[in-house]
Amino acid sequence: MTEFLTTYFENVIPLKDEIIESTLQTLYMVTVTGLIAGILGLILGVILVVTDRGGILERPRVYGLLDQIVNLFRSLPFIIMMALVVPFTRFLVDTSIGTTAAIVPLVIGTVPFFARQIQNALLEVDPGVIEAAQSMGSSPLEIIFRVYLKEGLTAIIRVSSVTIINLIGLTAMAGAIGGGGLGNLAISRGYNRFQNDVTLVATVIILLIVFISQFIGNALVKKTSH
Amino acid sequence: MITLNNVSVTFEGKETSIKAVENVQLTIEKGDVFGIVGYSGAGKSTLVRTINLLQRPSEGSVIVSDQDLLSLKPKQLRAARKKIGMIFQHFNLMGSRTIAENVAYPLRKSGLTKSQIKEKVAELLQLVGLTDKSSAYPSQLSGGQKQRVAIARSLANDPEVLLCDEATSALDPKTTLSILELLKELNKKLALTIVIITHEMQVVKEICNKVAVMENGHVVEEGDLVSIFTEPKERITKEFINTSTHVDQALENILKHPTLLDLQTNDVLANISYVGASTSDPLIATLTTRFGVTTNILFGNVEILQETPVGNLIVILSGEPGRRDNALAYLNSKNVKVTLIHHHQQVIPLKKEHYIV
Repeated sequence: MTEFLTTYFENVIPLKDEIIESTLQTLYMVTVTGLIAGILGLILGVILVVTDRGGILERPRVYGLLDQIVNLFRSLPFIIMMALVVPFTRFLVDTSIGTTAAIVPLVIGTVPFFARQIQNALLEVDPGVIEAAQSMGSSPLEIIFRVYLKEGLTAIIRVSSVTIINLIGLTAMAGAIGGGGLGNLAISRGYNRFQNDVTLVATVIILLIVFISQFIGNALVKKTSH
Repeated sequence: MITLNNVSVTFEGKETSIKAVENVQLTIEKGDVFGIVGYSGAGKSTLVRTINLLQRPSEGSVIVSDQDLLSLKPKQLRAARKKIGMIFQHFNLMGSRTIAENVAYPLRKSGLTKSQIKEKVAELLQLVGLTDKSSAYPSQLSGGQKQRVAIARSLANDPEVLLCDEATSALDPKTTLSILELLKELNKKLALTIVIITHEMQVVKEICNKVAVMENGHVVEEGDLVSIFTEPKERITKEFINTSTHVDQALENILKHPTLLDLQTNDVLANISYVGASTSDPLIATLTTRFGVTTNILFGNVEILQETPVGNLIVILSGEPGRRDNALAYLNSKNVKVTLIHHHQQVIPLKKEHYIV
């Protein structure tokens, strides 16, 4: 076993600590970004749904503006956006390098994506049910919390797991601005120093994280759908 | 109870605007079961939605229980809506909640405690006959059961009015009848005023005491059920009535089949229609014994509308012209309406109704 490892994974063993650290950095970025972007994206998604034409708080102008902003940010390639938001990052966290600094562009990159996903998820809620809630005298806030978010829960979980997997992909790019993580490891060791075994290990770990999030997502979807 | 004053609803498009409802004037009294019939696109769903302001009218006013709904602030409007129940064609239950939770939905912040809510929900489920389904989810129920849950939910806040938007249109005939029975029972038991939107005259016949007929956004005819059925004035009203009595269909069949319609010199094809008390007299027998006019019944139909029998017969009356005239005069005196359809060798145009009366 040891012989096998030293033959085929000669660079991996000495880097054990670095690999563990990179994994934790990736998990940290995914978790923190996931939480912040999750909340912001959910709010933005809900606002998009309720202000849209025919929504319970129809405001065509607000919707038009937010819609454009979301489109704009979604069309920016993430690697360029990371560079673009550097001044903003520095303003927020006093540095533009490192794992925490990477969270700023990650959030900015994830919120519009997640908001759009939430919007689509909530649009799946039967408009008839919304109408029924209105006819029963529910207030807009009640309709958001007791109908949209509850009826759309399964769809929300489904799009959340898609977003997290998408986010794991983005964190790999954060290595480019010194964000650390498994993406950084694969580039700096595997690519730049031709240590393909390291790349392979980084890949396997990333895939594991993806599979686990997918598994949890599917289990929750199953549990919440009736 | 409900007054719609000159209500119009206009949908503004980019280039054209569509008048879905135009200058509708309706009064619905407490305890009425009021039917609004019309074909798809006549504007009936839009009209019923103005009663709880799910659809704001572009013009006119909506008064429910002496409250002018358009003058209410959002919060007051929500309070008013709690007293106006509504059920829908596709039930609109919440799939993520159990039956009991669906019924309990409108009871939050109603001032009831948790145990009171539980009690109320049990009561409502008993009222609609679904006590055993309280922990099931809507997806496990049949269409009729879902509509019962929807009815229970709409009654949670003890409304005075129940709006039914094509509530039976997605149900089979047998389930439709059972839902209508339930509505009838609620109307009596809770003194609930019910407004029913439908395209099925059968539904109206079964349950309503008053009817309004809609076409192109207008209410073209309105009245109590029996008079609408016996003396329809508008073309569309007659069409609707025919869909449920089949008189026209029968007549068409008869006219198409020469074997059925072998009229002799002294024969005349006629439609006899009668309402209420006159049904109890042995009219046909009298025609023979007193006037010597024999009657051959080709088609018959009797409806019971609001406890009033309404009959339609298509007959061949045979007898000499003089006797026939006497017979017709006799029928006329008994408040029976006779329409001559076909003489020997002479067709009386159907469109231009020819009343002897």
